[in-house]
Amino acid sequence: MSAPDLPHAPAARQRPPLRPNLVIGGAIVLFLFSVALLSLVWTPLPPTKMQIVMKLKAPLEKGLFGTDHLGRDIASMLMAGAWNSLSIAVSAVLLGAAAGTALGVTAAARRGLFEAISMRANDVIFAFPPVLSAMMLGALLGTGRGTAIIAIAVFMVPVFARITAGAAAQVWARDYVLAAMSAGKGRALITVEHVLPNIANQIIVQVAIQLGLAILTEAGLSFLGLGMAPPAPTWGRMLADSQTYLGTAPWLALMPGLAIALTVFGFNMLGDGLRDLLDPREKGRS
Amino acid sequence: MTALLLRRSASLFLTLLAVSGLIFLVMQVLPGDPAAIMLGTSASADTLAALRQELGLDQPMLVRYLQWIGGLASGDLGTSITYGVPVAGLIGERLAVTLPLAFIAILLSVAIALPLGVLSAAKRNGPVDYIAGFVSQLFIAVPGFWVGLLLALVFAVKLGVMPSGGFPGWQAGFGPALQALVLPAIALALQQAGVLTRVTRSAVAEVLGEDFVRTARAKGLPKRVTLWRHAVRNALVPVVTILGLQFTFLIAGAVLIENVFNLPGLGRLAYQALTQRDLVVMQDVVMFFAGLVILVNFLVDMSYLILDPRLREASR
Repeated sequence: MSAPDLPHAPAARQRPPLRPNLVIGGAIVLFLFSVALLSLVWTPLPPTKMQIVMKLKAPLEKGLFGTDHLGRDIASMLMAGAWNSLSIAVSAVLLGAAAGTALGVTAAARRGLFEAISMRANDVIFAFPPVLSAMMLGALLGTGRGTAIIAIAVFMVPVFARITAGAAAQVWARDYVLAAMSAGKGRALITVEHVLPNIANQIIVQVAIQLGLAILTEAGLSFLGLGMAPPAPTWGRMLADSQTYLGTAPWLALMPGLAIALTVFGFNMLGDGLRDLLDPREKGRS
Repeated sequence: MTALLLRRSASLFLTLLAVSGLIFLVMQVLPGDPAAIMLGTSASADTLAALRQELGLDQPMLVRYLQWIGGLASGDLGTSITYGVPVAGLIGERLAVTLPLAFIAILLSVAIALPLGVLSAAKRNGPVDYIAGFVSQLFIAVPGFWVGLLLALVFAVKLGVMPSGGFPGWQAGFGPALQALVLPAIALALQQAGVLTRVTRSAVAEVLGEDFVRTARAKGLPKRVTLWRHAVRNALVPVVTILGLQFTFLIAGAVLIENVFNLPGLGRLAYQALTQRDLVVMQDVVMFFAGLVILVNFLVDMSYLILDPRLREASR
C-alpha cells in the first residue's frame, strides 16, 4: 500500500527512499532471531553446564563475556536466553493479537450491547499489569513458560481489541461496505473480506511495537522468578542473579540488560519504520 | 455537568465491581480449595480444616464474595495468614513507601519529558529533535529494573554516596527516607519519560500546525509565548491521557524496582505474598493495585473537563 497522493501535500513531506529506522530495527531483530535459532543447535558451551572452578571469571578471561557464579558461560546463556525471551514474547503477542483482533472486529461488526460489554471488559483487564496477573496465576498454577505467556497475552487482548475496533469501525463506514451489505453479504463475510485486509497493516505495526513491550515484561517476570523455571537461562534471571555479585563481578549485570535493551530497541524501531511504511496516516504519532 | 459526573461515577463503580468479581473468581473459585494451595501438599487434614474454618471457606461462594467486598468498602480486608495482622494495616504501612516512590517518579518523568518534547516539537527535524528522539527511544527500551541495578552499582557500590537498598522509614527523618527513594524513583521514571517525550512532541507538533497558532503568530505574539501559552496548553489533553494509561506500567515497574532496592512497598508485599502463598494478602493487594489504576484513569477522564472546556459542552 503506497501513501495516498494528497493534492495539498507539500513536496517536503515526501518520504525519503531509505527509512533508517526500518533498516536498523529490521537488522537488529533479524540478528536476534538468528542468534536465538542458532542457540537451539549450537552455543559455545552448553548454557547450563556448571564449572564451579571457573566461577566469576571476567569477560575474555574465560569465554567472550565471562562466567557467572556457577561457572556457566555467559555468552552461551545469553544466546539461549534470546530463544527463551523471544519465543515467550512472540507466542504471547500472537495469542493476544489473535484474541484481541477477534474481539475488536466482532465488536465493530455487531455494535450494540456486545460492543459495550466487550469494551468495558477491556477496561477491566487493562487494570491488571502482567506482573500482577503473573503473580495471581503463579500462586495458583505455579510459575513457568505457560504462566508467563498467558499473563502477557491477556494484557495484549485489550490493546489489540481497542485498536482493531476503532480501525474496523472506520472501514464499516465506507461505501464499499455498504455496497457489499446491499449485495446481501453477511457481517462475518464482510469482516473477513473487507475489514481484516484493510486493517491488517495497523495490526502488523502494533504487533512489532507490542513485541518490544512483551520482551520487557518477560524480562521483568523472569527477574522476579515468575518466568521460566531454572536452570533454563533467561535474561531476567541472569540480572537477578547478578545482584548478589554487583561489587565483585559487575560485568554480570551488564550484558543481559544490554541484550534486553537492544531487543526492545530493535522492535520499537521496526514498529516505527513499519508504521511509516504501512500506515502513513499515523506517521509521526507515537 | 452533574449528570455527567454521576454517569461516570456509576460506570466507575461498575468497573470496580467487575474487577473485584474477576479477582475473586481467579483467587477463590478457580483454585477449588484455596486452603490447600496456601498450605501446600504436605499439610495435615486438621490444619487444612482449621484454615478452611478461618478463611470461612465453609460458606457459600456468594456469601464469601459479598463479605469480601463488604470488608473492602468498610476497610476490613481480613487478616494475613503469614503476618497475623490485619491486611489493611499492612497495605497502609507499605503505601507510605510506594505512593511517594510513584509520585516522585511521575514528577521526574514530567520534568524530563515536557521540556524535551516541547523543544523537539518546536525545532522539528533539527539536531535537538533527533537527539531527543534517540534518547526517548533509549529510555523506552532500557528496562527500569536494570537501570536500578546499574544506578546501585555506580552510586552505592562504587561511589558509596547513596544507599544501595532498604528503607529507613519516615520516622528516621525526611532526609534519609527521601534519599532511599531517589535512585529507585529515577529508575522508575526513565521509561515513563521516554514515552511521555514522544507523546508531548507529537501532540505539540500537531497543535503548532493549527490555524489559531498561526493567527497568534500573525497578530505579533512572540514565538515563545505562542508555543507555551497556546500550543503546549492545548497539547496537554493527550499528554495527560497517556500519563493515566501509563499508570498501569508505573505500578508494574514499582513492583520490580521495589524488589531491586529491597524497599518495603506494596509491590514487595505482593511478591512476598506470592512466595508465602498468602492468598488473603495477594487478593487484597491485587485489588488495591487494580482499583488504583482504574481510579487514576477515572480522574484523568475527569481532568479533561478542566483542561478542555469544549469537552464540557460536548458531553452535556
